[in-house]
Amino acid sequence: MRRLPRHEGPGEAPITGDALGTSRAHESAEKHVSGTATYVDDQVAPASTLHAYVGLSNVAHGRLLSLDLDAVRAAPGVVRVVTREDIPGHADIGPVFPGDPLLVGIGEEVSFHGQVLFAVAATSYAAARRAARLARADIEALPAILDIAEGLAAQVFVRPSHTQQRGDAAQAIAAAPHTLRGEFRIGGQEQMYLEGQVSLAVPQEDGGMLVYSSTQHPTEGQKLVADVLGVPMNRITFDTRRMGGAFGGKETHANQWACLAALLAHHTRRAVKLRLARAEDFIATGKRHHFLSQYRVGFGDSGELQGLDISLAGGCGMSPDLSDAIVDRAMFHVDNAYCLPQAHVVGHRVKTHTVSNTAFRGFGGPQGMLAIEHILDNIARHLGADPLDVRKRNLYRDQLGFDTTHYGQRIEQHILPGLIDRLEKNADYRSRREAISVYNRSSPVMRKGLALTPVKFGISFTVQTLNQAGALVHVYTDGSVQLNHGGTEMGQGLYTKVAQIVASELQIDLARIQCTATRTDKVPNTSPTAASAGSDLNGMAARNAARTIRKRLTTLAAQHYAVAEDDVQFSNNTVSIGDHRLSFTELVQLAYRQRVSLSATGFYRTPKIHYDRDRARGRPFFYYANGAAVSEVLVDTLTGEYRVTRVDICHDVGQSLNPALDLGQIEGGFIQGMGWLTTEELVWDDAGKLMTIGPASYKIPAIGDTPAVFNVELLPDSPNTEATIFHSKAVGEPPLMLAISVYCALRDAAASLADYRMSPPLNAPATPERVLGACRSAREFIA
Amino acid sequence: MITFIDNATVITLADVDPNRSVLDYLREDAGKTGTKEGCASGDCGACTAVTATVDEGALAYQAINTCITPVGHLHGRQLISVEDLAENGVLHPVQQAMVKAHASQCGFCTPGFVMSLFALWKGDEAPSRHTVIDALGGNLCRCTGYRPIIDAAVAACRARGEDSFSRGEARTVAVLEQIASDPRDVHLAGEGRQYLAPRNLDELLSILQAQPEARLVAGATDLQLEITQQLRQLDLLVYTGHVAELKIMEEADGCLHIGAAVTYAEAQPVLCHHFPDLEELLARLGSRQIRNQGTLGGNVGTASPIGDIPPFLLATGAHLQLRSSSGSRELPIAEFFLDYRRTALRPGECIERILVPLPEQEELLRAYKISKRLDDDISALCGVFNLCIRDGTVTRARVAFGGMAAIPARAPACERSLRGQPWTLETAIAAGGALAQDFQPIDDLRASAAYRLEAAAGLLQRLFYDTVDSDIGPVRVTRYA
Repeated sequence: MRRLPRHEGPGEAPITGDALGTSRAHESAEKHVSGTATYVDDQVAPASTLHAYVGLSNVAHGRLLSLDLDAVRAAPGVVRVVTREDIPGHADIGPVFPGDPLLVGIGEEVSFHGQVLFAVAATSYAAARRAARLARADIEALPAILDIAEGLAAQVFVRPSHTQQRGDAAQAIAAAPHTLRGEFRIGGQEQMYLEGQVSLAVPQEDGGMLVYSSTQHPTEGQKLVADVLGVPMNRITFDTRRMGGAFGGKETHANQWACLAALLAHHTRRAVKLRLARAEDFIATGKRHHFLSQYRVGFGDSGELQGLDISLAGGCGMSPDLSDAIVDRAMFHVDNAYCLPQAHVVGHRVKTHTVSNTAFRGFGGPQGMLAIEHILDNIARHLGADPLDVRKRNLYRDQLGFDTTHYGQRIEQHILPGLIDRLEKNADYRSRREAISVYNRSSPVMRKGLALTPVKFGISFTVQTLNQAGALVHVYTDGSVQLNHGGTEMGQGLYTKVAQIVASELQIDLARIQCTATRTDKVPNTSPTAASAGSDLNGMAARNAARTIRKRLTTLAAQHYAVAEDDVQFSNNTVSIGDHRLSFTELVQLAYRQRVSLSATGFYRTPKIHYDRDRARGRPFFYYANGAAVSEVLVDTLTGEYRVTRVDICHDVGQSLNPALDLGQIEGGFIQGMGWLTTEELVWDDAGKLMTIGPASYKIPAIGDTPAVFNVELLPDSPNTEATIFHSKAVGEPPLMLAISVYCALRDAAASLADYRMSPPLNAPATPERVLGACRSAREFIA
Repeated sequence: MITFIDNATVITLADVDPNRSVLDYLREDAGKTGTKEGCASGDCGACTAVTATVDEGALAYQAINTCITPVGHLHGRQLISVEDLAENGVLHPVQQAMVKAHASQCGFCTPGFVMSLFALWKGDEAPSRHTVIDALGGNLCRCTGYRPIIDAAVAACRARGEDSFSRGEARTVAVLEQIASDPRDVHLAGEGRQYLAPRNLDELLSILQAQPEARLVAGATDLQLEITQQLRQLDLLVYTGHVAELKIMEEADGCLHIGAAVTYAEAQPVLCHHFPDLEELLARLGSRQIRNQGTLGGNVGTASPIGDIPPFLLATGAHLQLRSSSGSRELPIAEFFLDYRRTALRPGECIERILVPLPEQEELLRAYKISKRLDDDISALCGVFNLCIRDGTVTRARVAFGGMAAIPARAPACERSLRGQPWTLETAIAAGGALAQDFQPIDDLRASAAYRLEAAAGLLQRLFYDTVDSDIGPVRVTRYA
């Protein structure tokens, strides 16, 4: 037998502290900074690899009459062109419901400006792109619905509307001492991941395909490629080592590019890479849903909500995609942190002839929450109260009648009242409010605004089935560990956290664990990495896998040294077995020689959750993550320009798996949310063509937008009361909504021009232009 | 043939398609995939690398957007990309600082940040938050929210020291000087396209005379977008960056003479010395990478309605000195812009110099830029105001705007309503109102016409508060942290 690898004996490579709960660096940090982290486009590709590109429609709505591709085929370097007729299997890649054609066929409907009509493979990226522009498509134009209000009025929906109801909102509003009504628009948001959509498909035996894809959902990509090619799923493998950002934009909208690369690879029997240039990435992939909300609210003299009747209309674009769940989540979060005693909440999925909108961090939640925060500001101004007082008065609390959501889930852990008090005190809210009022009274041009807003975000996929995960852990005879799970790494640090969990479970050094690419042939049938649930689900699955191996090692050690299993202890790269001590590697080698399996799978499903959509009642969320932010802004009331000058955040991550990574999610999420509500504006022309198609015209926050004072705290001593991994809480999405405080602060600054007697209308995003409009409204009110 | 140093290796290229970018060279030809493409338009910084050139015997390091830099521009420079920083497996101090500060998440923008930070680390600017933001303003990160990157940059710059580049400096300088003294033509020819880099104006003019269809390329920050975004193939590129006469900067005859190929970064100190208020406008013009490459001549020559330099030149009454092989002529800047992206430049002619009159005693120059995002954004509008105020009265007023019309233009009605009036808030408000006679701006993705007019009028009020003694504090959000 070949000699086993060398090992150091007991005490080998002393462990550098328990990995779990500490601020370990991102597992790829050194690779990121040295340029050695490999993304799909960096993959060493087979020599004959072709480059693919797509041809897009230039009409928002119509019928494809003919497609002249002669010039495309004749262009230099072109090897193959595919159209609808070249699809051997399914042609619709709608992830949940049909409606997303992979390619539009002759005679079929064109549903948005930028829809893919054909794809071309050529010998270089530039050749493929140039060739794709040479097509002549004859499209019979049909009337297009481009605006959400138009679609809502025409009742054109991609999915049926849904209602959540508690009590009799209409009656409560009628009986309330005060009522307000209004309408409010929220713009969409481009994910603007720095790495654009990309897939590399490499043909395999038996009609199979290995696809390297920048996707949050390898299993769905696998299924759809199998569908499109008409082969069983077992022939298709997806491999996703990391993404250069995703934010929801690569959950379902990575599929089309993988399928097209695979289709071209299938026809050419050569590897094919399809990478979208930034403009096409903007044009042809979905964004955060824009929303139109219309409401009536009744409330008491101190601002207590009595009845809310609200319609949330999400602009879905041309197909259902994930819109059912997204608008549901908006509805689930229209209460944000506040008890709605009587509520009638309707969610509409409006169809427009624009790109199908899709997942984006928060998944509809931010739009629902912004709607209620907008309403609470209006209530506060109506009553002449500080908005914070109105917010606090309406918080869920541990009191009968004030602890249950409008969909019937009881809030079991009341974090926010204490968290808000803590933040209010630490951020000096009251004295700053006073100082700002004084400043504003004497400042003719510049005005300051301040707002504290909370976040309560439900954790779990609202589609129950998705709340499952698998993992695969191998231990090798040199004591090194290979870790794989169904979650994907998009920067959030999932791989790092899961590795920390496994290191802790096996009591070995983190450096022994190699994270490997998420692959559908290692862990099958996975859920997308989404809904903030990556660590909760995959962390548990990986722990279960590691636990299985540890159990086997424990049993072996106990038998081998004839001690009780309780006397086998793993600690510090070492295993003590009664009076014996073995290094972890020695025990592993013993296990190998004794023919004990050193590989295990793990599985996890979230307990307790259920939701009856017909009754709109249940417990869709395992628990809630919470947080609050205070933002201060400075507004130039002559131009509407502004700056966020100070932000204080307190956020609840339960017991943190990795404080540095959690802090990164909170800060990054906040700034991303701030972008959504301030400078990130999507603009279409009257023909439905997107005008903002790259970072030159679509402005995500830059480094100078980071608030100069940016205090972020993880809420201390607040473990999750549910049995999550390490009693931690999910952190991916919730912090995005902390940025609602920026929007409210901008409105507060403008309201100062009306002596805070009204809250000026301000649709989102609050661009300088819209802020100037709000200033004008406030001035006109007082005039 | 062009010659440059790729990290430590001298590279010569001859038969390369001159439309290829430095990013194409790195990723596809050199197999260095650490440098990323984020947008291919110079707006995100993911592709940032650093080039070093010899300045007074020492190396000067500059961050550039490789996605919009033609490969020919590498001639005579050392190219440093992210793979080159670590030495024998040990990360460079700027890389270590990034790791320590948890400053990467998805990692895709990270190589660009590392390289911008490396250029900053190589300079001698004090490591303040302000200098860091100025140096990294052209690098977008969608994950971190930037705070840890700022921390990493400040920490790294507090501990500057030696690295492989400083140890190799003498050799690098010697090689670069040798390249510079090589008399052979700087020239690329590939795929039927050509790139020429003349070293003096006569050579340049004779090329233009013989081939008037040649495209002059300076920093390429605009021109290369035709290649990366519109997929054009440009057959003949003539680079202005080696033409000595176009790089001059001097004061003569009461004017500042700025060669057309002087970059923003090169002109910045001189311009800000004479016109201190330009500091903000220049800091917000593009990004550090763009300012390192882009030129004043290019900003004028492309005649974009939203260029930020033309309003300044209009407000100062600048002239352009134009040259062709048949002679030289001078043109007031206002007569240069004819229509949307159309200029008075004749075939075979180029801009040689920009002549900016030095400011007079009482002259007050203010430059205001309004954009959705404060940094690295194209102006919705840009207003530059040049007033003389004597004894409380406006004796002279030059007002120019970008973004308000198809070309950058003066605002005569606004100027008239200022001239001879007492400098009061009422005068400013009236002058703001007069802008409606001067401009019928357009609605576009940056702003509506109504907003442009309203905000432009607001700038007149800002100008008032900004030029009189008052205790209300600064009236620009940019003056607050």
